[in-house]
Amino acid sequence: MRPATVIQSRVKRVGRQKAIGRMIETYELTKDFKGFRAVDQITFSVEPGKVFAILGPNGAGKTTTVRMLTSILKPTAGWAKVAGYDVVKQPSAVRASVGVLTEQHGLYERMRGIEYLDFFARIYHLSPENRRQRPLKLMEHFGLGDALDKRLGEYSKGMKQKLALVRAMLHDPAVLLLDEPTSAMDPQSARLVREAIKELQREERTITITTHNLTEAQSLADQIAVIRRGRIIAHGTFKELSQRFVGAPLMELHLTQQLNGAVSELGGMVEVVEQGDRWLRYRTPEPSVINPQVIRRLTGAGLEIVTLSEVSRTLEDVYLQIVQEDEGQEKNVKHNE
Amino acid sequence: MSSITNNIPKSLAQTPLATESARSGLRVTLSNALIITRREVRDSLRDWRIMVPIFILTLVFPQLANTMTRIFTSFFEDNEGEDLLPALLPLMPMVVGFFPISVSLVIALETFVGEKERMSLEPLLSTPLTNTELYLGKSFAAMLPPLLASYSGMAIYMTGLILGKQQWHPEPMLILQIVAVTTIQALVMVTGAVVVSSQTTSTRAANLLASFIIIPMSMLVILEGVIMVQPHKRYLLWYIVIGMMVAVVLLVRMGARIFNREELLGRSLDQLNLRWAVRMVWEQFRGPVDGGFKLGRWYRQSVFPTIRDLRSASVVLLICITAAFIGGCAAAYKWQIPLDQFEANDETLLNNLQSWFELGQNNPGLILLAALQNIRVLLAATIFAIFTFGVMNLILVSVPFGMLGFILGQVVISSISPLPFIVAVIPHSIAEVPAIVLAGAAALRLGSIITRPPDDMTVGEAWLRALGDTLKIGIGIVLPLLLIAAVLEVLVTPKVVEFVLRL
Repeated sequence: MRPATVIQSRVKRVGRQKAIGRMIETYELTKDFKGFRAVDQITFSVEPGKVFAILGPNGAGKTTTVRMLTSILKPTAGWAKVAGYDVVKQPSAVRASVGVLTEQHGLYERMRGIEYLDFFARIYHLSPENRRQRPLKLMEHFGLGDALDKRLGEYSKGMKQKLALVRAMLHDPAVLLLDEPTSAMDPQSARLVREAIKELQREERTITITTHNLTEAQSLADQIAVIRRGRIIAHGTFKELSQRFVGAPLMELHLTQQLNGAVSELGGMVEVVEQGDRWLRYRTPEPSVINPQVIRRLTGAGLEIVTLSEVSRTLEDVYLQIVQEDEGQEKNVKHNE
Repeated sequence: MSSITNNIPKSLAQTPLATESARSGLRVTLSNALIITRREVRDSLRDWRIMVPIFILTLVFPQLANTMTRIFTSFFEDNEGEDLLPALLPLMPMVVGFFPISVSLVIALETFVGEKERMSLEPLLSTPLTNTELYLGKSFAAMLPPLLASYSGMAIYMTGLILGKQQWHPEPMLILQIVAVTTIQALVMVTGAVVVSSQTTSTRAANLLASFIIIPMSMLVILEGVIMVQPHKRYLLWYIVIGMMVAVVLLVRMGARIFNREELLGRSLDQLNLRWAVRMVWEQFRGPVDGGFKLGRWYRQSVFPTIRDLRSASVVLLICITAAFIGGCAAAYKWQIPLDQFEANDETLLNNLQSWFELGQNNPGLILLAALQNIRVLLAATIFAIFTFGVMNLILVSVPFGMLGFILGQVVISSISPLPFIVAVIPHSIAEVPAIVLAGAAALRLGSIITRPPDDMTVGEAWLRALGDTLKIGIGIVLPLLLIAAVLEVLVTPKVVEFVLRL
């Protein structure tokens, strides 16, 4: 049966009402190549309308994971479902439900932009009307309206990247798997793409991003997984990960006068990490509860506060900490062996 | 800003933009394959490196061939060789047709590996197209432009010949033969090249491996030429067409079987790892033997299980052997040899047997010679099997049984007692026939496994393991059986025959 037919019959079967709880779900997904385990028992799930970022060093198993989710590679063990379809048993239905932006754009350089999109629109069986309108709409949206008739060989790297993204979105898939979506783009285009991802998220599309751009991942992702040597070594929201790996939020307090033993005023309430003449840094797991108490205590002691703010921690800090800890554990294991 | 989605929540698994109705089966497969074909053909038409040779071979080469034919015709006429012209004239259309289809090989070789190199394959593999649709689409695309060019070239050439000075009026059947041979050649080359292309990681490797297609095809064209110049033997061309059709079916089967997304993105033939290959063959040869290597254990745990694995191939071989034997008997009735006119009688036979027996007694080397003869034939059959998907092996192994059937048939028809003949065959056959069947079955599997490797193995791995099995069966079973058969043939059979004749 054809994918779309499969989907339609399935939708009919569930009465077009029953929502699929998790758009991407994997359980102990494993992939072995000759004598080498590329992906090692990874388990995660992504709910509709969520952005899931997969981070990790080169060769960690990100691309292999994405290829298994697109039914290009068959898992050695474990299972995965995408849009409710099993990646092994229903590969065509899976591929009809996903849009993929591959690491390399892989365009046909001798084709024109419009021909290229029409080719993929036919493959996805878009209606003649959608085949005409959707490429125009998406190309306009990404600022490529003038390049429709140009041969792809004449496109710049950023234009090619945007066209590849248009190709992935062409059939309006339920799930988008984007590998480095803004890697070759100028800041303006990258922002356009980030906004598009947010818009897709609002429209309940489920998106998985693999990227080395941690700022982008931090700004877009609802959930983050860090993969190293094929294993998920950390998984959660940015807040959860930062709490777990770089500790409780760090607050920085500036005063008008010297501290002169004011630290003792805070004794037991917070963990003071650093301090100067007129400033100090402390950690607290619950800033909303503790900070007002700190302010009260210090002002009660006659100290005037200039600023109290959270020291921002980036995903980069968290990521590096995660990878560093994993490397440390690996060394310990090797040492013990 | 307008929405980039269709504003339909995607918590339901659906693709609202898809319009595919409830069509299914071959029509959808073909329609999807043709989407690929159209794009590829359009791409080929835009590539001057493909179009220039096709243009020259289609429009210029037939004109040159016409000129050359005119010169040759004049030469033959001047030297009173006009009678040879009807035999020679059909040669050139074949050549004119063959050159453009050779371009199909270039396109087909490039079809997957080229995309892999340009990184454009993965987006295509991520679409809902099935493996068969991709395979067919690419194969059609590789074949259509060169085939059309080939037909055009032949049409231009033959039009020149028919309307030109030669006033050649070929029989429609001859034209049909030429077109059929050309088309099937293109099919063989393209299906073979697509298989090569889908298994390599670089165009360079694919081009190097293409010699495995070009060399046999060139030899075949020469053979076709030899047949073509003998008008009364042109019917043989149909056999070639049938043979090539079988090859096409096997290649398509092989292509469809080994064509899968994982193979295309991952595995490769062009990285020859000799150490790995030797290890693979040795592992299979040794088998899953527990503990240290012991001969008895090796037979129990490795050799005998392999015999079980060869059941299907053995059945195929037995069917062929039986068919050949029956066919031989039937042929004896059609082409009778008057054996009763020969002067040989029981006495002369007895004398011959006596001297043969004595020769064997005094010369143990004869045993080795008898065994070597069988080994040589089986080895040749195995080598042929590798290059013919096992088909030639079936023929070579079956032919002696056909001959046996023919001889037995003649003996029976001539009212001579078949008993001496039967006892002359039976003693050593007890060991020889199982050896031939097992060797033939192993060779058949070795030749055909590439058309259908097991799911969890690459083509290379499956073939190397089959080679390991063939060596295991050859050394562990076939060789000892053949030696036993040779001993029986030289030392026992003459005695038994002598005994029967004396009766």
